[in-house]
Amino acid sequence: MALGFFSRLKAGLSRSTQKLGGGIAAVFTRRKLDDAALEELEDLLIAADLGPNVAARVIESFRSSRFGTEVTDEEIRTALAAEIARVLEPVAVPFVPDPQHRPHVALVVGVNGNGKTTTIGKMARFYGEQGLKVMMVAGDTFRAAAVEQLQVWGDRVGAPVIAGPPNADAAGLAFDALKRARAEGADLLLIDTAGRLHNKGALMEELAKIIRVMRKFDETAPHSVLLVLDATTGQNAIEQVRVFKELVNVTGLIVTKLDGSARGGIVVALADTFGLPVHAVGVGEQAEDLRPFSAEAFANGLVGPSIRLSSPDGDEKKDGEGDPA
Amino acid sequence: MFAQWRDIFWGERPLFEALSGKLSGVFDGLAKRGALSEADVAEAMREVRLAMLDADVALPVVKDFVTKVRERAVGHEVLDSISPGQAVAKIVNDALIDALGGAGAVPLNLNAVPPVPILMVGLQGSGKTTTSGKIALRLATRERKKVLLASLDTQRPAAQLQLQQLAERAGVPSLPIVPGQTPVEIARRAMDTGRREGFDVVILDTAGRLSIDEALMNEVREIRAETSPAETLLVVDAMTGQDAVNTARAFNEAVGVTGVVMTRMDGDARGGAALSMRAVTGAPIKLTGSGEKLDALEEFHPERVAGRILGLGDIAGLVEKAADTLDHEESEKIALKMMQGKFDLDDYAAQIRQIAKMGSLSGILDMLPGMGKVKQALGDKDLDTSVLKRHQAIISSMTRAERKTPAIIKASRKKRIAAGSGSTVQDVNRLLKQFDDMSTMMKRINKLGMKGLMRQGMSALMPKGPKPPGGRPFG
Repeated sequence: MALGFFSRLKAGLSRSTQKLGGGIAAVFTRRKLDDAALEELEDLLIAADLGPNVAARVIESFRSSRFGTEVTDEEIRTALAAEIARVLEPVAVPFVPDPQHRPHVALVVGVNGNGKTTTIGKMARFYGEQGLKVMMVAGDTFRAAAVEQLQVWGDRVGAPVIAGPPNADAAGLAFDALKRARAEGADLLLIDTAGRLHNKGALMEELAKIIRVMRKFDETAPHSVLLVLDATTGQNAIEQVRVFKELVNVTGLIVTKLDGSARGGIVVALADTFGLPVHAVGVGEQAEDLRPFSAEAFANGLVGPSIRLSSPDGDEKKDGEGDPA
Repeated sequence: MFAQWRDIFWGERPLFEALSGKLSGVFDGLAKRGALSEADVAEAMREVRLAMLDADVALPVVKDFVTKVRERAVGHEVLDSISPGQAVAKIVNDALIDALGGAGAVPLNLNAVPPVPILMVGLQGSGKTTTSGKIALRLATRERKKVLLASLDTQRPAAQLQLQQLAERAGVPSLPIVPGQTPVEIARRAMDTGRREGFDVVILDTAGRLSIDEALMNEVREIRAETSPAETLLVVDAMTGQDAVNTARAFNEAVGVTGVVMTRMDGDARGGAALSMRAVTGAPIKLTGSGEKLDALEEFHPERVAGRILGLGDIAGLVEKAADTLDHEESEKIALKMMQGKFDLDDYAAQIRQIAKMGSLSGILDMLPGMGKVKQALGDKDLDTSVLKRHQAIISSMTRAERKTPAIIKASRKKRIAAGSGSTVQDVNRLLKQFDDMSTMMKRINKLGMKGLMRQGMSALMPKGPKPPGGRPFG
């Protein structure tokens, strides 16, 4: 398990990393940090989905402190990792259900296809293993077979799934589930919701309704609103978070699909913009593939100190043209 | 309608500058006459580059594009009839449309011996299964094909059940689920069933897979070898970031992508992944998904996506969205009144309600030309729907006669209305002034027509008076 944590996260992140790390090596091995080099570095950050603002800030800090001096790629990576970790450190907050609430109600939201249901299955396992009594609610009453999908997870991880009839009202279902979870003494109630694009007013209103209706039973619910975010998402993630936060008061993020070739650099931009806690990352389709979010591991993984350097000559241009990791 | 938003969100402040937007702002600074110099173009290209990166076009694709366009633009003669900004904008826009595949939609290739296999591939959660259902419905209804849906997704829980349920909704048969079969076995069974039962098309929906997952990529290679699909469609989420190039390259190398489907085009992502996909695979973007309903599948329109990528907005998309969301009868009534110049405050209130229904205001702004900059200038806090609510309150405190003929609202009526709606006389004045401006603009829209509006952008709607000194800044 301990091995699993780092090796899996690293395996996932190192792919995100190879391109960025390799690129930095190619650009900076024994070179002057001049304008051209800074521009290339900015490009590399942008290509990692860090977002123009964060990329520009990193470049600015290099420009003022190291401009014109000879730097090695190792120095660059250390500085860059430190900068990224600095942005991420405040948001690396684990998700801890509050034992005062019985149950602690977590509403899981996000756009379509980003891994909400899978994440809930993984969370049920994780917190179940910690000895909590976890219940899940199949609140995606819209998508075909979403209920069945969660039920399979329930069987897998041994946690009860509360479901209604197809096309049932999600708010009513959440209300009943909360009542039942309270009666049965659950510690954690994970509510799945249908995926929805943040720019669909009516669907976002539905989400607000789920919250309103639950509050008729427990006015402190939901205690967490978790936004699930796909690591392959580009700059639109910022708008997603902004709108979900505004309309349903998101309390934390979970970033999924970090085991792919996507860099997940948008997380840095999100931390910078919103400062919302990043609770966990998803690194695979199995029940155990959920990890607490660690700023340092993420930053190091993104910058890649252990990545073998590519040849300092000749590779630059090619890299600028974006070889896949 | 566009005019209204201006007035609602920015009150009486002049919007001309801001509306010229991200690109047009730079282009306005270009030399006014003669050939475009290298420096002029370089400045504009920096903005184009940023706009494209903001839209998630992959960096190498952006670089390539900018280089080509720069070559094309430098030395370009600027005719007297258009501004240098318009000239460069046209070059950029044309090049982008070109890069996205040029005019005209590319249909699905069904030229093969039936049953024609269509293979759906992509990352997890990109929308393959929903898209499979949509394509099945489209082929069954529009082209009267006999379509079989088969799910080869043995990875995700209940994925096969999902496709079966979608098939039922679409009224299309699906391959019976046999637990324990491998994806390759299911593919074989699907093709056998297709042949035996005389299907025209068999859609093979595969499990989502990461491009770096060797085992699963091999599996999809095997499926392809087994079925020789006429189309191998890569399904891509429009929100995808820079990773689009990696995904496109990996899938293309593994299975030879013949077409791309962009999903979630109904979101407010600017969809730069479309350009990356096209550039890397060389395969045309054949279809776009724009909603959760099974008929929400459309042909790809390069010119719309080009505008979206450049941050010039997607007016056509906005109009469609409006048409989807708004109450048709009410809209038509209002439109007619506008044409006749009889638009009154009741209609305004009705429209406020409809705008509220369209969802996130910033999402709407993103679809409007030049609004990116406005949004930036405003920051988040000013995109506030409370103005809408205040306007509604003020209008509800008016008598019917006042709403029909706002001109009769003088000092004492204003006081009463302000008191009744919990606002101030200034608020009432502001609303009346905006309503007045709006009516003026509607007359202009009528004169211009939709085509003119799209050609000239929103600046055509702005009051023609002298520009305010220095062009007061926004936000």
